[in-house]
Amino acid sequence: MRSFVRSRVVRRVAGTLGTLFGVAVFVFVMLRAIPGNQITANLGTEAAALTPAQQLALERYYGLDQPLVTQFFSWLGNLFTGNFGWSARAQQSVLDLTLRSLPVTFELAVFSIVLALLIGVPLGMLAASRTNSARDAAGQAVSLAGLSIPAFLLATTLLSVFAASFGFNPNGQGFATFLDDPLLNLQQMVLPSLVLGFGIAAPILRTTRAAVLEVRADDFVRTARAKGVPERRLQVRHVLGNALVPIVTMTGLQFGYLLGGAVVVEQIFSVPGIGRQVLLGIQQKEYAVVQSTVLVIALAFVLVNLLTDTLYRIIDPRVRAS
Amino acid sequence: MTALLRRSPAGAAGVVILVVLAVLAALSYLGLLPYDPIAQQPPSRFLAPSGAHLFGTDQFGRDVFSRVAAGVGNSALIAVVAVAFATVVGTLGGLVSGFYRGIADGAIGGVTNVLFAFPPLLLALSLASVLERDWFTVAVAIAVVYVPIFIRVTRGPVLSLREIEYVRAAVSTGQSRWQIMLRHVLPNITSIIVIQVALSLSWAVLTEASLSFLGLGTPPPAPSLGSMIFEARSLVFVAPWTLIAPGAVVVLLVVGLNLLGDGLRDTLDPRNRGNR
Repeated sequence: MRSFVRSRVVRRVAGTLGTLFGVAVFVFVMLRAIPGNQITANLGTEAAALTPAQQLALERYYGLDQPLVTQFFSWLGNLFTGNFGWSARAQQSVLDLTLRSLPVTFELAVFSIVLALLIGVPLGMLAASRTNSARDAAGQAVSLAGLSIPAFLLATTLLSVFAASFGFNPNGQGFATFLDDPLLNLQQMVLPSLVLGFGIAAPILRTTRAAVLEVRADDFVRTARAKGVPERRLQVRHVLGNALVPIVTMTGLQFGYLLGGAVVVEQIFSVPGIGRQVLLGIQQKEYAVVQSTVLVIALAFVLVNLLTDTLYRIIDPRVRAS
Repeated sequence: MTALLRRSPAGAAGVVILVVLAVLAALSYLGLLPYDPIAQQPPSRFLAPSGAHLFGTDQFGRDVFSRVAAGVGNSALIAVVAVAFATVVGTLGGLVSGFYRGIADGAIGGVTNVLFAFPPLLLALSLASVLERDWFTVAVAIAVVYVPIFIRVTRGPVLSLREIEYVRAAVSTGQSRWQIMLRHVLPNITSIIVIQVALSLSWAVLTEASLSFLGLGTPPPAPSLGSMIFEARSLVFVAPWTLIAPGAVVVLLVVGLNLLGDGLRDTLDPRNRGNR
């Protein structure tokens, strides 16, 4: 039994490693498909003025004279030794950039998920408490709005309304990390995490509603009620406790939305997170930055999925047993 | 369709919204817009909404109504092409994967896992940034994101369908695998695919709008709802209509598609019958 579980975990990890290798190949091939290369990206139209000898020297310098397979594995090998490439714009290594931006996005993600759970779970339970009632309709309306209002529209609107009407624009000043200035940092996180949190609250609300409705119909709930378990305790411990599995899974799945949405929201609120790093890399045509950063994001995403999968095995005794 | 309208008021509302927006898009395709959405008219900058300009004019004096209508046309075109591509490729992938199993399943599953390892918007963004920018490549970039979703959605049901008696009976009568897949398996998963198409269309519209907002979607001067909102963000207090009109329309479009998707799910998915 135990060895079976372990072998499942081993297989899952091996599969994840295979996927990550595929991701690396995909990212590498995708960026090689762009017309031009590192040289034309750096020099622009002036690259045309290079003599063949200069051209050759630069190609050798960037390793572009090597076969693609060699280039790929040398890039991959460099990644393992912490060499993620160099950003000429920032005059910094991509590793340093990433080490600075990743915690920012992580903080944003945590706040967004907490907000989403605070909005989604109670509203979902409320909607489920009486189906086809006014509160159910209200819950559905909130979730429809969350699914349908684009993050960039909500962010743009909130930013201008708060700045103009309430003079609240903490994101107008330079970004402060939590360690620099906790109060300013939290203020700067409010609107971005609200926008992202609202977007993910919708699927969480729907999942909570569906899961609660399903669990509530189970026999053990009727038994517990018959035994005289107080209603509040029944709803929280018995119903919500058993509805947690789909809610956790759905929350984990939303991490991808979060990382993608982070690109848009970080850009609008000038939050120097990992999404903004990708976008800047794309805008400045710094493909070393894009390549490594996209890979880091995919890695984070895959790890979170693995974690969700494990977590849901832990909270659900049925999955643990089967 | 009539079942949808009868059984699901939400779905019916979605259909109504989409019909109105389809009329807008049709106006732009047929060249029946009141003004040229691209032509600049500097003297009539920032006109407030009026009879002549229903949604006012923008900073170049362009008619916002015409631009919004053309933007809906462009967004809808990109979303439809992207989802059509994803549906065909993804469904075929799911059919082959679930029906043949073995090596084909492993290979398709591997590709699916790799594509799923990217946050959706990030994948579309990266692809759109490396491809030559025009509406078609934007559609392709979005399509690639949705192919694995269609593969996942179809593969499971196909796996269980291939064990069902009438499919086995078809195998025993010596029909070719493709005949069986297309004639006996595919018709049984159409409702799943239809629901997924409606939901994917709403995501595709959102993705296209996000890409154009970030400057990676339909290149200017072609009007796109995302880039209109981007341009309007600094004009909110000078000419709020430049933000409100495209913003409201993009939300309506996505709401319409979501309602339609939910309605279809309630109507077509047998698991949902009765519990609503």
